[in-house]
Amino acid sequence: MTYLTGKNLFATYGTVPILRGCSVGVNRGELAVIVGPNGAGKSTVMKVLLGLLPISEGEVLLDGKDISTLSTQQRIGLGLAFVPQNNNIFPTMSVAENLEMGAFLRHDDCQATLDEVYTLFPILFEKRQQLAGQLSGGQRQQVAFGRAMMTQPTVLLLDEPTAGVSPIVIDEIFANILALKEANKAVLMVEQNTQQALSIADKGFVLVAGKNAHTGTGKALLNDDEVRRDFLGG
Amino acid sequence: MNNLSHIWQSHRQTISILVMVFLLAFVGVNQSWVLALSIFNLCLISAIMALGVNIQWGYAGLFNIGIMGFAALGGLSVVLISAPSVPMAVSAGGMKILFALCLLLLSIVLSVYLSKHKYNKGWVVLSLVAGYFSMRYFYVDAAQAIEAVNPSKTGYLGGLGLPVPLAWLAGGLLAAGAAWLIGKITLGLRSDYLAIASFGIAEIVLYIIKNEDWIARGVKNVTGLPRPVPLEIDLQQSPWFEEMVVWFNQSSLSLLTEVEKTKALGILLREYSVVFVKLCYSGLFLAILVALIVMANLAFDSPWGRKVRAIRDNETAASAMGKNVKRQHLQIFIIGSAIVGIAGALLVTYTGQFTPNSYQSLRFTFLIWVMVIVGGSGNNFGSVIGAFFIWFFWVESTPMGLWLAETVQNFAGADNGVSAFLQERAHFLRYIFMGLIMLLVLRFAPGGILPEKDKKL
Amino acid sequence: MPSFDDVLNAFILLSNFVLLPALTYGAQLALGALAVTLVYSILRFANFSQANNMAFGTAMTILLTGFFQSQGWTISGFPTALLVVPLAIVITTICLLLTERWVYRYYRINNAKSITVVMVSIGVMFIMGGLVQLIMGPEQQIFADGARFIWTAREFKAFSGLSEGLALKTSQLTTILLALLAVGLVFYFLQKTKIGKAMRAFSDNEDLALLSGINPDKVVRTTWLLVAILTTIAGVLFGLDKGFSPFQYHLLLLPIFASVIVGGIGSPLGAIVGAFVISFSEMLLTYAYKKFFIYLLPTALEPDSLLQLIGTEYKYAVSFVILIIVLLVKPTGIFKGKVL
Ligand SMILES: Nc1ncnc2c1ncn2[C@@H]1O[C@H](COP(=O)(O)OP(=O)(O)OP(=O)(O)O)[C@@H](O)[C@H]1O
Ligand SMILES: [Mg+2]
Repeated sequence: MTYLTGKNLFATYGTVPILRGCSVGVNRGELAVIVGPNGAGKSTVMKVLLGLLPISEGEVLLDGKDISTLSTQQRIGLGLAFVPQNNNIFPTMSVAENLEMGAFLRHDDCQATLDEVYTLFPILFEKRQQLAGQLSGGQRQQVAFGRAMMTQPTVLLLDEPTAGVSPIVIDEIFANILALKEANKAVLMVEQNTQQALSIADKGFVLVAGKNAHTGTGKALLNDDEVRRDFLGG
Repeated sequence: MNNLSHIWQSHRQTISILVMVFLLAFVGVNQSWVLALSIFNLCLISAIMALGVNIQWGYAGLFNIGIMGFAALGGLSVVLISAPSVPMAVSAGGMKILFALCLLLLSIVLSVYLSKHKYNKGWVVLSLVAGYFSMRYFYVDAAQAIEAVNPSKTGYLGGLGLPVPLAWLAGGLLAAGAAWLIGKITLGLRSDYLAIASFGIAEIVLYIIKNEDWIARGVKNVTGLPRPVPLEIDLQQSPWFEEMVVWFNQSSLSLLTEVEKTKALGILLREYSVVFVKLCYSGLFLAILVALIVMANLAFDSPWGRKVRAIRDNETAASAMGKNVKRQHLQIFIIGSAIVGIAGALLVTYTGQFTPNSYQSLRFTFLIWVMVIVGGSGNNFGSVIGAFFIWFFWVESTPMGLWLAETVQNFAGADNGVSAFLQERAHFLRYIFMGLIMLLVLRFAPGGILPEKDKKL
Repeated sequence: MPSFDDVLNAFILLSNFVLLPALTYGAQLALGALAVTLVYSILRFANFSQANNMAFGTAMTILLTGFFQSQGWTISGFPTALLVVPLAIVITTICLLLTERWVYRYYRINNAKSITVVMVSIGVMFIMGGLVQLIMGPEQQIFADGARFIWTAREFKAFSGLSEGLALKTSQLTTILLALLAVGLVFYFLQKTKIGKAMRAFSDNEDLALLSGINPDKVVRTTWLLVAILTTIAGVLFGLDKGFSPFQYHLLLLPIFASVIVGGIGSPLGAIVGAFVISFSEMLLTYAYKKFFIYLLPTALEPDSLLQLIGTEYKYAVSFVILIIVLLVKPTGIFKGKVL
């Protein structure tokens, strides 16, 4: 049993079944990656884990306790944080306010975390008074990542955090994800950079049509011929 | 219990009709048949209005809250088309005012042309401003001249004196024109813009009707409009009608003496003539209602209707398939509003008078919406049923309110402040009552009495 | 060439009959429009019951004013209505929170289409209207007490030596001051407080707000509280200025919506600017300029007609025409609101 577990998940949009019994999980101090073709239901898994979409079957466990009936807000309160794939910033608020919103549930002084984010992404410090909606795509992605860090989560869920980000910043983000993992957080990430992601991942889930097609350690999946052929293009 | 609800589920339509017939009969027996018939006739007119609104809402999800305005335009056209003309007023300023309006129209057309062809905005504005001022230059004098012609009796241009059914058609056309204007501007934008703009146009239409006396005498009302059915007086004097009444009442009349007989016959004739006229109207309205429903349903099953349904069920997909959603919605908005306009014209013909002050958004816009929702939004026959029930309770709510006030009085003893208060303000309770019905149905039975059959969720 | 005094007189005349009333009316509209915009951007529907809610808040104020007056709890020279406004706000807040709990919440939780909620708000509009008329009756009521003028036109003339006077009514001064205060507080609240920022975040991106742990119920409740404050103050100020009659409040709905759309639906600043655009257009277009030009033009050119662009009866039509023009020319409004 992992720290955050989604077991045998079923979910639908209206009447269209999207998830058909997939399972994912990640432990603290671990990085797990979900990969798969477009429309496989990767983002949907994330939504289900966070309670943004109800499940029709299966369960979501955090630290052994069933949280599938809790609201999103309650799950956030338990230490989950999420960076969505799209619409992941508050466009008419300043960068600083975006980060501040990340710390909404915290009552302690969050200046230290803020400084951390700013050192990580110096561009955000420079643009802290600018409206987030006026940033470039890659900069927005950094704001979104920073906002999630501000909650000081124990579990971090990232939906394609590197989409549209330049290679240097990708490396920074990956380095930071590894740092978070070292800091004993559980990180679950959806990635399109399959090769790079699996190479640093402890665990990987290959999702096809709402079901697990392959599961294993990052290395094992990278070396699996079938996975290589179908998902890594070679 | 389960059984009962099962019967209701499978026979909603029949049961609702039976209940309605029973209620009308109850009024006929206990109050009077004339009252029952006038409720019935207004039910029919309301049903036509509700049908128009339901087509907009059910076929395209268009939220029209300017029903009052479209109905008033329909009513106005009865004055414009079927009222006798006032030659003196026409010669006093008719041509001039027509000319003024043409000038305005011309400038609008010109400015639309200019802006379509990407001319400088300044020219567009200039054309409009020039048009407005030249219109006013002729308009004010002409309007005054017209209004000065025998103001206590006419003071307006009068109509064209054409047959009444033409006026109904014109009512539909006039409403359609206003709908085209509003729809053209707001469709394709946010869905609530149509609501706000239709609300606005209704208010403006009434401002104009109330303030521009030369059109239809403003708040001085136009009365004695021509009717498509015989006058009661004429009926009472026609021999065939007398024969018919005598034939109907053979048994009771034969018992009377000659003197008593003439007297009784006089009373009977008066009563029967009123009922007869109302029945004529009923037949007329019923025929129009049935024709409209049949046409609406036929249209809905035609290829055009299939396109409509495709768009309604999935607007995004339909527009991706190259279906022109905006044009479709404009068509539906115009058709629905035209039907409302026709109903508005029928109403004015029925009452024989055009009284701008009677157009209130509660009575027209809101009540019609309650009918559509209660009947079953999206279902054409449902809105007819809804119209019947809601109109019935609307009319009967005054007696009910008074009855309530009386009960309070009896209960609390005479000279009680509460009942006097209730009696005075009882009709405001209607707002609350109707609002509650609407909210409760929307919340707990969003399908209404006759839920739409093939509605996808 | 008109003399300096003539120019001054013309300006004072215009101020007295157009500019000052437009400023006052604009401030009243602005508060109402701001309330509509708040509901729009956070609860995501066009609230048709806004005008009738304003009538409700005013009705409560009138009842409380009567009670205070009967108890002798008044301050001489000061409008009692302003004294009781906080209490009326409390009642209006309770009322709005009840409609939220019993009516709107269901649709919000079930993600109903915005147009359905608009329909629901029309139901609420009629209930509120009925309630107000049931309590107050349909007649016009004047509930302003205290001094009517800060200074009268005659005092102004005596003071300035001009032939035109500029009167300042108590209701005008209170409107402008109170509106400034209320708008200032709302903006401060939205920009600086934690829950205010949460409201903006919620309006910007509801899902992400939930993901940041923002409690939607709290945001919604706070919104209604702000709306109640704005609504009551707007209603009371309008009533102090023009007297209270339920129907007149109902008529405010169109100018309020026009303000919101002209400014850009969903933009608070837009709502305020829009309100002044509407109020100044209404006043400027319906004013008869004859006297104004008599001051400015040489005697030979003096106008003989009223020089009125549009009859006063069409005051409310002006807002509609402006609304249509904006929809045609720039549907996003002045401040780029949400169009689709
Ligand atoms: N809000 C929605 N309503 C209806 N269907 C949806 C919705 N969101 C996603 N879907 C459908 O669910 C399926 C899975 O979507 P999901 O976003 O989970 O895919 P994904 O694996 O994240 O793809 P990608 O790699 O492109 O991000 C898709 O077929 C999509 O069309
Ligand atoms: Mg995805």
